[in-house]
Amino acid sequence: MMNLRSAVFAIALAATCGVAASPLRAQAQPAPQAQTTPEAAQPPQQQVQVPPPPPRQSVTEDMLLRENDRIIGRVSIPDTRLAFLEQPQGRTWRRFNETWAPWILGLSVILPLLALLLLYMFRGAQRYERDASPIYVIRYSAFERFNHWMTATSFVILALTGLNYVFGKRLLMPLMSPGTFGDFSQIAKYAHNFFAWPFILGVLVMIVVWTRDNLPRRVDLAWLRAGGGLFKDTTHLSAGRFNAGQKLLFWAVVLATLVTFGSGLALMFPLMFLDVNGMQLWGSIHSIAAALFIALIIGHIYIGTAGTEGSFGGMGSGEVDLAWARHHHDLWAEDAPRADPREDALPQPGHVSPPPHRT
Amino acid sequence: MARMKFLCDADRCIECNACVTACKNEHDVPWGINRRRVITLNDGKPGERSVSMACMHCTDAPCAAVCPVNCFYTTGDAVVLHSKDICIGCGYCFYACPFGAPQYPRLGNFGSRGKMDKCTYCSGGPEADLSEAEYVKYGSNRLAEGKLPLCAEMCSTKSLLAGDGDVIAQIYRERVLQRGYGSGAWGWRTAYRETVTI
Repeated sequence: MMNLRSAVFAIALAATCGVAASPLRAQAQPAPQAQTTPEAAQPPQQQVQVPPPPPRQSVTEDMLLRENDRIIGRVSIPDTRLAFLEQPQGRTWRRFNETWAPWILGLSVILPLLALLLLYMFRGAQRYERDASPIYVIRYSAFERFNHWMTATSFVILALTGLNYVFGKRLLMPLMSPGTFGDFSQIAKYAHNFFAWPFILGVLVMIVVWTRDNLPRRVDLAWLRAGGGLFKDTTHLSAGRFNAGQKLLFWAVVLATLVTFGSGLALMFPLMFLDVNGMQLWGSIHSIAAALFIALIIGHIYIGTAGTEGSFGGMGSGEVDLAWARHHHDLWAEDAPRADPREDALPQPGHVSPPPHRT
Repeated sequence: MARMKFLCDADRCIECNACVTACKNEHDVPWGINRRRVITLNDGKPGERSVSMACMHCTDAPCAAVCPVNCFYTTGDAVVLHSKDICIGCGYCFYACPFGAPQYPRLGNFGSRGKMDKCTYCSGGPEADLSEAEYVKYGSNRLAEGKLPLCAEMCSTKSLLAGDGDVIAQIYRERVLQRGYGSGAWGWRTAYRETVTI
């Protein structure tokens, strides 16, 4: 009904104003295949002044692409997001997705692994002087550990299922039938969407629980100047509950989560908040941010396990050796709550203590 | 083998949307999905044109390049098809497609989507030709019956042309020469890296 009415209106408008209508851009541009034919050159009989625009005057693809870098019109179907005719930006996105993304993501996994392997080979783990009969202090509460591992599990699943979008068809698909890979990737896609929620919950809890201990302090400067003893042993570096490196990690995680979750949310609700070009942009941002996030977490895993002797217990059993605490977190060690005494005197390297028995 | 293409002679399109309706009816296309649509450019202004657009079955198709599960394949007639058994509904093909051809049925919450659906050039999918399974997933297979896509077949002004690229380009070329104007083969340079020279 609306269309009919507007069509009638358009005809009436054309009849009354068509003569006086100023030539728009479309008329200023010559049609590409315009050939002067005798019919078109003759003015219609009824017209007194300039003839109405002949049908040859038309918008062209090149003209519209020059004007607006994509071609948008009007559609009468309900889905108005399909009102574009061409979006050449898809080509740019393809180049990013197929050329840049595999390199960015691949290097962000391989380079940190390589660097850490070299660091471990030439530098080895950061060691500390143990006591003969160590006293243990509580480093992380059960709640903090549960939250950490919930977030960590979610992160690993998100990272692997995310990498599947880029490397699945290159590395996994040749190993199985296309149908099996399709089923696997379908589950991986659902997992990627689903685990975003426990992940964001975990990071939000971390922000609530750990922000206070991650605010910068004066001692952090000295710690950073010495590189945190990452490359060579230093005699003494002061740190509170978290050292400057952990603080940097914390804030980097907060920032990376903000970017990956924000962009991921836009991808999870396709074309609801963004148009197709917005989806391309935020999809790319999601890939790049995720690549940096993965590199960051690889470093975090190394320092928390093989890279620093005695540090895993903090997130494993929740307890660390007081000597370790004095070595790495001197300003926190004395205030740290003592754990119940244990029977085993010296934990084996890499040994995860069982949770303390409480009576 | 023919190199199948679509060509919309926009100077003839009257925006009747019969191609859209014919496509939906022929393939029993799910609710909310349009394999073909008509876009009116410069609506209400001088030089207004309407273009019927669907999958153009590109040479070196971007959708196939970005698909994370490689579910696309190109037939001997150069028609770009996909397997809904492999597709995961990620939406990458929609972001890469210059023409907005891939469509998705909405399933449940959080924008979760089903398998991608797009124009098959009326030639079904990887299932056996003219089988029930093929019809349910991809719609009818007119090419296997020796017919051309229905949208073009029933276009009242013969604006939308389907068939071998060289043949439809020649038809369009003759039209332009005879009537003295033509707004060009819309989307051809993007899809096929060539255009119809008059």
